[in-house]
Amino acid sequence: MSPYDLLVAPFAEFEFMRRALVGVLALALGAGPLGIFLMLRRMSLTGDAMGHAILPGAAIGFLFAGLNLYAMTLGGLIAGLLVAVGAGVVARATRMKEDAALAAFYLVSLALGVLIVSVRGSNVDLLHVLFGTVLGLDDDTLVLIAGITTITLLAFAFLWRALVVECVDPSFLASVSRSGGVSHIAFLALVVLNLVGAFHALGTLRAVGLVMLPAATARFFARDLTVLVALATLVAMASGALGLLVSYHLGAPAGPSIILVAGLAYAAAVVAGPVGGLLSRRAPRRHLEA
Amino acid sequence: MRPQLTFRDLTLGYERHPAVHHLTAEVPEGALLAVCGPNGAGKSTLLKGICGALKPIGGRIDRHGVAPQEIAYLPQAAEVDLGFPISVYDLVAMGLWRRIGLFGGVAAADRARIEAALAAVGLTGFERRIVGTLSGGQLQRALFARLMLQDARLILLDEPFSALDATTFADLLGIIRRWHAEGRTVLAVLHDLECVRAVFPLTLLLARRPIAFGPTGSVLQPETLARAYGDGHRWQEAWAAGATDCTDAA
Repeated sequence: MSPYDLLVAPFAEFEFMRRALVGVLALALGAGPLGIFLMLRRMSLTGDAMGHAILPGAAIGFLFAGLNLYAMTLGGLIAGLLVAVGAGVVARATRMKEDAALAAFYLVSLALGVLIVSVRGSNVDLLHVLFGTVLGLDDDTLVLIAGITTITLLAFAFLWRALVVECVDPSFLASVSRSGGVSHIAFLALVVLNLVGAFHALGTLRAVGLVMLPAATARFFARDLTVLVALATLVAMASGALGLLVSYHLGAPAGPSIILVAGLAYAAAVVAGPVGGLLSRRAPRRHLEA
Repeated sequence: MRPQLTFRDLTLGYERHPAVHHLTAEVPEGALLAVCGPNGAGKSTLLKGICGALKPIGGRIDRHGVAPQEIAYLPQAAEVDLGFPISVYDLVAMGLWRRIGLFGGVAAADRARIEAALAAVGLTGFERRIVGTLSGGQLQRALFARLMLQDARLILLDEPFSALDATTFADLLGIIRRWHAEGRTVLAVLHDLECVRAVFPLTLLLARRPIAFGPTGSVLQPETLARAYGDGHRWQEAWAAGATDCTDAA
């Protein structure tokens, strides 16, 4: 099989593959910076919690309007924002730390979601909410994903400085300005927005994979923030494209293939990454002159 | 002399337990004031109250036109995340926040100020180093450089010299003297009474209640120190378990 057949032909021949590629590349653009900031803010598991939190909203949307893109998106968005803002406000207004507040909110939200799903009875269509349909992205969904990515990149451009300073020294930012709270809530809203966009392609439970795995991979290759974001974005894009190819050639489901390719990249980074990877620790180079 | 800070029957505390109790004092503009007292005396709590991080549970603080966000405050244990990949230069540049905010650019004049501040704290050559690679003393120097860039009229320092070597101590003390010469008001929590006597013209001695306030020579007397530090006995540091409402007159 020629490299063309292996890498290009699937996309050249099939429109659904091209659509899937555009979708995952757009998601990857937003996922890069999002994942890096989640990781640096020690919120790696927050994305996972938010993924669960979105479920009841999407289910309610489905309950009212069936498999309607906008109803499910709106529902997921409302549920995710309620949980994110609720937990953020509780963390800042009371003495409870945000991780505990978020756990409380998302567990309630998830239970509600499961309840709604089971009241409706088992329904194959609802699997869409859980597992996504990256190979069946229609125009509206692609526009939605691209729109969310655009908003995300613009928001990062606006909030960059506040996000960095709040990561480095939150009490300093709080002492000189009030933008810390605003930027934190805005950041949580971006997390929700991207997970809602991604669940159409990858499902609510896997959407976070494309966000966190490339970020964790990048950490083993770079120290500089800008490089980290660029690397994470590239890894996410490559995982998306390669995952689609793997799924095409092996006849495997596309969503899990994408996440597994990202997982392989992470595993390779853990072993061979030059910045603190296993091998770099086992074979230290000679120390430098003082 | 115009006042910079006025405490009127100020009580600060946690969950109704006072940590600073009925403090009335006036700090003049340009003062160089040491805040002394035993552990648990309310020194850090007082600084948190001044910078607005803690709301008074009684009385009030008048900052005479300085907003809490305009105060430069160095906490006892700075919460800098040493795992975050930020350079010393960028950490120090954070001190410009009040001026440039979220979107403002760092102009050539700002860069000159950043470099001057780094030079003043002896960190020239450390610009591109990641903060996580600094030693404790080097980090404290960087935080002082950031304070310099904040260009604040009122500066609060909570035990700024703990765990520093003699050179770093002398350098940072020099910066505090410079702030004083520039007419800024500086409050520093300190335990080294020799240093306080040598450098700080004014002292506030706290043991939850104010013990003495005024010129350092008259405040740090055997009699006042004995009242603050308990004359060989431990003072009542722990909260009384069954404390009732305070009925002291305002």
